[in-house]
Amino acid sequence: MLVVQGLTKSYAGPRPRAVFADVDLELSPGDYVAVMGESGVGKSTLLNLIAGLDSPDRGSIRLGDVELTTLDDDALTALRRERFGFVFQAFHVLPYLSVARNVALPLSLLGIAAPETDARVTSVLAGVGLDGRGESMPRELSGGELQRVAIARALVHGPQLVLADEPTGNLDAETASQVLRLLREQIKTKGAAGILVTHSHAAAQTCDRILQLTPTGLRPAPSS
Amino acid sequence: MGKLNLSAARAVLAGSLVQNKARSALSVLAIALGVALGYAVSLITGAAVNELALGVQFLAGDADLQVRGPRGGFDQALYPQLARLPEVAVASPVVEADAKLSDRDDVLKIIGIDVFRAGAVQPGLIAESGDRLDHLRSDTLFLSPAAAQSLGVDRGGTLAFQAGLRIVTLRVAGLVPADVQQRFAVMDIAGVQSNFDRLGRISRIDLRLRPGVDIETVRARIQAQLPAGIAVRRPETGIAASESLSRSYRVNLNVLALVALFTGGLLVFSTQALAVVRRRSQLALLRVLGMTRRELASLLVLEGAIVGVVGSALGLASGFILAQIAVRIIGADLGAGYFRGVAPALPLAPVSLAIFFGLGVLIAMLASLVPALEAARAAPAAALKAGDEERAFGRLSPSWPGFATIGAGAISALVPPVAGLPLFGYIAIALMLIGTLMLMPRIAVMLLAALPLPSGAPPRLALLQLRGAPGQVAVSLAAIVAAVSLMVSMAIMVASFRISLDAWLERVLPADLYVRAGAAGDTAYLGADDQARLAALPGVRRAEFQREQQLLLDPARPRIVLLARSIDAVNLSRQLQLVSGPVAVAPGAPPPAWVNEAMVDLYGFVPGKVVELPIAGQPIPFTVAGVWRDYARPQGAVVIERERYIALTGDRSATGGALWLAAGANAEELGQAITRDIPGGARLELAAPGEIREISLRAFDRTFAVTYALELAAVVIGLFGLSSSFGALVLSRRREFGMLRHIGMTRRQIGAMLATEGLTISAIGLVAGFGLGWLISLVLIQVVNRQSFHWGMELHVPWSALAGSAVVVLALSTVTALASGRQAMSRRAVLAVKEDW
Repeated sequence: MLVVQGLTKSYAGPRPRAVFADVDLELSPGDYVAVMGESGVGKSTLLNLIAGLDSPDRGSIRLGDVELTTLDDDALTALRRERFGFVFQAFHVLPYLSVARNVALPLSLLGIAAPETDARVTSVLAGVGLDGRGESMPRELSGGELQRVAIARALVHGPQLVLADEPTGNLDAETASQVLRLLREQIKTKGAAGILVTHSHAAAQTCDRILQLTPTGLRPAPSS
Repeated sequence: MGKLNLSAARAVLAGSLVQNKARSALSVLAIALGVALGYAVSLITGAAVNELALGVQFLAGDADLQVRGPRGGFDQALYPQLARLPEVAVASPVVEADAKLSDRDDVLKIIGIDVFRAGAVQPGLIAESGDRLDHLRSDTLFLSPAAAQSLGVDRGGTLAFQAGLRIVTLRVAGLVPADVQQRFAVMDIAGVQSNFDRLGRISRIDLRLRPGVDIETVRARIQAQLPAGIAVRRPETGIAASESLSRSYRVNLNVLALVALFTGGLLVFSTQALAVVRRRSQLALLRVLGMTRRELASLLVLEGAIVGVVGSALGLASGFILAQIAVRIIGADLGAGYFRGVAPALPLAPVSLAIFFGLGVLIAMLASLVPALEAARAAPAAALKAGDEERAFGRLSPSWPGFATIGAGAISALVPPVAGLPLFGYIAIALMLIGTLMLMPRIAVMLLAALPLPSGAPPRLALLQLRGAPGQVAVSLAAIVAAVSLMVSMAIMVASFRISLDAWLERVLPADLYVRAGAAGDTAYLGADDQARLAALPGVRRAEFQREQQLLLDPARPRIVLLARSIDAVNLSRQLQLVSGPVAVAPGAPPPAWVNEAMVDLYGFVPGKVVELPIAGQPIPFTVAGVWRDYARPQGAVVIERERYIALTGDRSATGGALWLAAGANAEELGQAITRDIPGGARLELAAPGEIREISLRAFDRTFAVTYALELAAVVIGLFGLSSSFGALVLSRRREFGMLRHIGMTRRQIGAMLATEGLTISAIGLVAGFGLGWLISLVLIQVVNRQSFHWGMELHVPWSALAGSAVVVLALSTVTALASGRQAMSRRAVLAVKEDW
């Protein structure tokens, strides 16, 4: 489903810097992999490239039958809207929207009608353990609950690929463990593929595979 | 403050002022513009008034007391009586004539003196001359340097004046060594009397008292002996009286200029409030690190002070240049016609300089105080958390302080003027504005709740965002609401004034042709023969003549105008636009007089009251039979029947007349006949009602040109404010936009969302601004104008002009919002999701 081949990225400017080169990655539906690596090695950059938010120097990224590197910004945005889900370290739940409205955002952008939106939101909220909390405002929620809302938002529109960048970085160990369990469960239940970028070995252990990003490519982590 | 806190403080200051250069620059510019306008207006009007006062002082010389009466003068027999008084050392008689220059629409004040007497009282008026007899000749005069320069004549040249319909040519014998900038001429008193038909009459007697006498006691003794309408006063009272004529105009202009500064202050408030919110977590961190509440608040107020200092310095420099340019282009009266003949030099005026510098800094500091206190009060733990921003605006939410402030404003509007100025009217406007700004979060919540949620994702999100952050909306809107309300209120007031003036002109100009001996000055007139000739012209069906005089009712005020004209008691409303009365005069009661609105306010001449007017040196009783609207004489005016005036004074001359055409005649041919058949007819000014109306409305527009400019400046500052606020809001929401771009929102959709937000915010600002503007316009019309100029007007709302302005402001603010939001659509915003929340 996701095929990344020979992906190379560097930054130009007064102090040019090579980030990584020749990254290959292949994911099938239901695959859930962790990407680890030292700080600054380009883990987030890799996610941005896969999501079409940044452009590589070289290489190809195919999602299903679509080659991302050939698409313009609008097409990439439309692709992200339909086929991607995102979970961020800082949750990025909009403070002025209720929980339900936050979760419904991707559906709203896809133009899904209200009854269907309501049904899907109710269902996904139940799935992440926030049944009955739809009308709550973000300020009434704990960090763990906010990340659950973010997971619900990432999955509500049935994406093919979920990208999670340090989703437990702002949570305590116990809450982090619950959130990671939930994320895996939901990705698997929905039949999506998932990439988890993390520094935490414990978090990485919740994935099917653990990969190590280095300047020269992506390899299976020694302990995996 | 400790070392740590000091460096932290520097970092916070640098963070706000340097990192947000554009917004800091806008704040500085807004304060600079307000200070520049305020300083320039104060400099110009202050210098003109100062020059006027210097002129009055110069002309009064060493006089201890001055005896004055009607502008037309009084019997010179009074002079020897006063000169013989034992307390009087020297008495110097003076005749003043505002002589119309024959070849141009201009007047020159000619001061006739008795050179032997004036030498002891007004030595400054005695010019150096090669031939000493020039001081006594009836065909020579001496010019002040300013007059010589503006008229372009020098020693040996001649000037032609109009006396009646005759021409009087006078030779310039030299220059008066006056170091004032006023234009005037000095000549022998007998020369003025004979040339300008004032034989036996004088305008003033300047008295120098013997050393040791009590001036006030002598003043009271002399006053008791004077005929009606003549008063003795200290020269400085004259300064106050001449200043008072333009005072309301000056004060209103200064207040209007200060509004621009106030709007600038609101811009600083919005910018600081949003900057403080954006740095909420950083500021909380400083508190956690050990900075006290007081230190934090002081630091943020210091930011405002820096903006104020830089803005004020810039504003003072620009204001000084602006004042020089404005005086050169539109004159010392800024187009209103109050300071004709005054060409003031504009010094830096250290007091004004200090006041406006202080005001600029103070307003910027006050504008920073509320956000500073809020930041200092915030609990650090909560403020460190994301999503706490709207809590910062929570204190703006209660509605009772806003209503109470507006209520206090309404009560202030009912308070009478203070020293002739509508001080409480201005306070009312300020309170209404502040009250409305305090209510803005509530108003925003109400209006946003009333809007239906659109179906499209971007506008829907925009509306939901605004609903979720009414406090931020209110803060962003402060400057634009103030600017729009000012624009709307001024537009309504000016339109009401213009339409009322137009209706009034239509009412007071019923004839087909108007004739005037001279548009300005008091030396041109129509004699009885001239009037008879005009009335007998073949094309004239009916002719009415009017005599205008100026009477002194109160030495501390300018003279009032007496209009003696033919009155048709049956069709009175066709001649005068009565706003009160008419009152039937009871048999045996004094004859009727009709007064303008200013007479009611200034002298209490209410309908039915019996009042005395000093005519021909006698107190003549009249019954106030009605009050008429008058937009020409804010110092007060009274209309009496001309036949009665002639019977009282024997003066059959007229200053102007109205002619009705006979059937088949036309105005152009009649004009030609007047020029051809009336001796001196070419010197008469003829005008059709349409022309007078056009000239009057043009003069009106010229007077309000400066007002429009000040208004525009406030609106520009308001738009600056919106732009600055919007930019700050967008910056604070970069991560939100980043997340939205991640989940599939296109740049266009983000743009549409921002445009919707801009449009909605501006629309709320317009609704609030229009409502408040309408309210303020009522205060301007019913309180400020009434108390300043003593004239009433009907309320007229210029709907089409306001609708046009609303569309322009909406479009500009939407574009402003979009421009400010450009960075929300950039790639950096996409990556902002990784920044610390």
